[in-house]
Amino acid sequence: MHGDAFLKLENVSVAYGRVQALRKVSLDIGGDELVVVLGPTGAGKTTLLRTIAGLETPHEGRIAMGRQDIVRDSPAARDVAIVFQDFSLYPNWTVRANLEFPLRAPGRRLTQDEIDRRVAWAAGILKIEHLLDRRSVRLSGGEMQRVAIGRAIVRRPRIFLMDEPLTNLDAKLREALRVELVCLRRELKTPMLFVTHDQVEALSMGDRVVVLSEGRILQAGTPREIYDRPVSPVVARQIGQPAINLLPVRLADGWWVTASGVPVAPADGAADGEMILGIRPEHISTAGGNHAATVRVVENMGPMKILLADWAGTDVHIIASGGNMGICPGDVIYPKIDANHVLLWPKE
Amino acid sequence: MSFLELRQLRKTYADGTEAVKSIDFAANAGEFIVLLGPSGCGKTTTLRMIAGLETPTGGWITIGGRDVTRLSPVERDVGFVFQFYALYPHMTVRQNIAFPLDAVGTRRTVRDAMVEAVAGGMGLGGLLDRYPPQLSGGDQQRVSLARAIVRKPRVWLMDEPLGTLDADQRLGMREFIRARQQEMRVTTIYVTHDQEEAMSLADRIVVMHGGEIPQVGPPADVYDRPASLFVASFVGSPGMNFIPGEAQASAFVPAGGHARIPISRSLPPGALTLGVRPEYVCEAADGPIAGRVVLDEYQGAFRIVHVDAGFAHNLVMRVPAAGDQQTKIVGRQVRLGFDPAHTRFFASGSGRSV
Repeated sequence: MHGDAFLKLENVSVAYGRVQALRKVSLDIGGDELVVVLGPTGAGKTTLLRTIAGLETPHEGRIAMGRQDIVRDSPAARDVAIVFQDFSLYPNWTVRANLEFPLRAPGRRLTQDEIDRRVAWAAGILKIEHLLDRRSVRLSGGEMQRVAIGRAIVRRPRIFLMDEPLTNLDAKLREALRVELVCLRRELKTPMLFVTHDQVEALSMGDRVVVLSEGRILQAGTPREIYDRPVSPVVARQIGQPAINLLPVRLADGWWVTASGVPVAPADGAADGEMILGIRPEHISTAGGNHAATVRVVENMGPMKILLADWAGTDVHIIASGGNMGICPGDVIYPKIDANHVLLWPKE
Repeated sequence: MSFLELRQLRKTYADGTEAVKSIDFAANAGEFIVLLGPSGCGKTTTLRMIAGLETPTGGWITIGGRDVTRLSPVERDVGFVFQFYALYPHMTVRQNIAFPLDAVGTRRTVRDAMVEAVAGGMGLGGLLDRYPPQLSGGDQQRVSLARAIVRKPRVWLMDEPLGTLDADQRLGMREFIRARQQEMRVTTIYVTHDQEEAMSLADRIVVMHGGEIPQVGPPADVYDRPASLFVASFVGSPGMNFIPGEAQASAFVPAGGHARIPISRSLPPGALTLGVRPEYVCEAADGPIAGRVVLDEYQGAFRIVHVDAGFAHNLVMRVPAAGDQQTKIVGRQVRLGFDPAHTRFFASGSGRSV
């Protein structure tokens, strides 16, 4: 699909003993693309990064970078940079020494001038000039992760591999660094594979998102495609917060009807039988429907409220904003599904 | 009626670090209080002092009218959940959860029913006969939480109990904790750095910063009427937008700019910072601010659009992710405005709301 793919994985499988960590993974990353791999703990995300970096050997499949097969290349020869979740800096070294370290690797043969230039450039971009002479144990979590990213960019690698680099940071810091990372990559024009279990990071950072589960790719597409047209209920639930509502329904008299007999959305006749109806919380309004629901929990999120209501014999999440912010637990509402946003999958 | 009170509570470490600088607050019986702040703000130290795991260097703690400042953790009768689970590895999940009930001699049938109820509610029903080392980190965290809330002590103390869970498990756990707390009416002090968790769980939020408490209030108050620049930026995701400048006649004039932003109230002279939440900034053909879109973060139901308007920080707007519109807006010139009713002002020096 990407004729000019920079990194290309074809049917890559990796096993640890009898455990299949990756199952026939095929993936293209363009030369100027930020691809986010989204999946829960244990999905195989880290294995995927380690395999690309050359730290794991696939038992089948091909990996090509810039049209060359790299499966037999050593990690050093691949010229990739990994940033880990736990920063992994040398604690007693200064920030400067940590940044210089990858540039002093055997075989690099950079002059001290060139090393100084690159360190100054990376420190400038990441706004850590004032920390250069501080030992890394004296840094805060956010500063450490900036240095770890700096250590990756000084090398000017061919691709960045990011293994949940923001996960161990405070929520506020995560938000700020997320924005910085996107801007930084745009400036560097280096492809990036970013692994996370956080759907907000996936949606907001990725040019494309790859949803990984139990070592398999379930769907790949733009954030919008994955959010608006998930291929299965499993993918649908992985993205969006609060998660999409999934209601088992069957067709009756031109309506999709829940197990408890409540018609929730008009059917257009394209599908039949037992289905799973998916509707995102922002596509249910709190009034205009014909069947009452009781609000159980109201979570105040600032610009919106998340309601948990008993409706049609099941729990549904509804996002209320604007004029509906006054709803309280115990209130009776009449939810109405926006038919334009209904998703349907055959019941497994 | 206040049930748990902290008075002039203070913790100074031997090296002179003032972790907590004389704080006061009171939790009512059955209230859910969230201590919210960044790392190093003193929130965990405060919680540990309430638990009896740290000795205050000044002040008092009372629970139910009784001074507990010098009592041991056990004598205080508090249930504590740590960020990092501390389960007994040689005991099954069932035995781990039952442990606090056994410790107070609960009858076996009652105990078993309580364990089943909590485990069922938290989705741990199928794991009761496993051992902790066989569980994932997230499951261990949930077991540790279940163990803490199976019993009804006088106070629940929770230190980032959802910290290690995947994002998709957090909302469900949050709803469960809230429902359980409302059912049991146990006075709860919950520590987090995540403002979303604080907003959604708390009856009242106690914001902490640098060992002090800049604001205490219900989530809506803290969000809509932040007492300081710090609170305004820390609460909300993204935080409030700030524009430094000063008031001139009936307008606010940003520093170094030519824009004049109409205001609907009188303001004191001197350097001020205008604050406005991202959901109240919108595109308006006749808006007073001109800028260029530099980043567009899609988030599913909405988008966060960053605009460089020549101020110290980019302005951020939160807009619905409308229809099937897929146009690239980065690089576009825009004019922005906002409703004067939703602007806040802070003294630029002290950072306090004016």
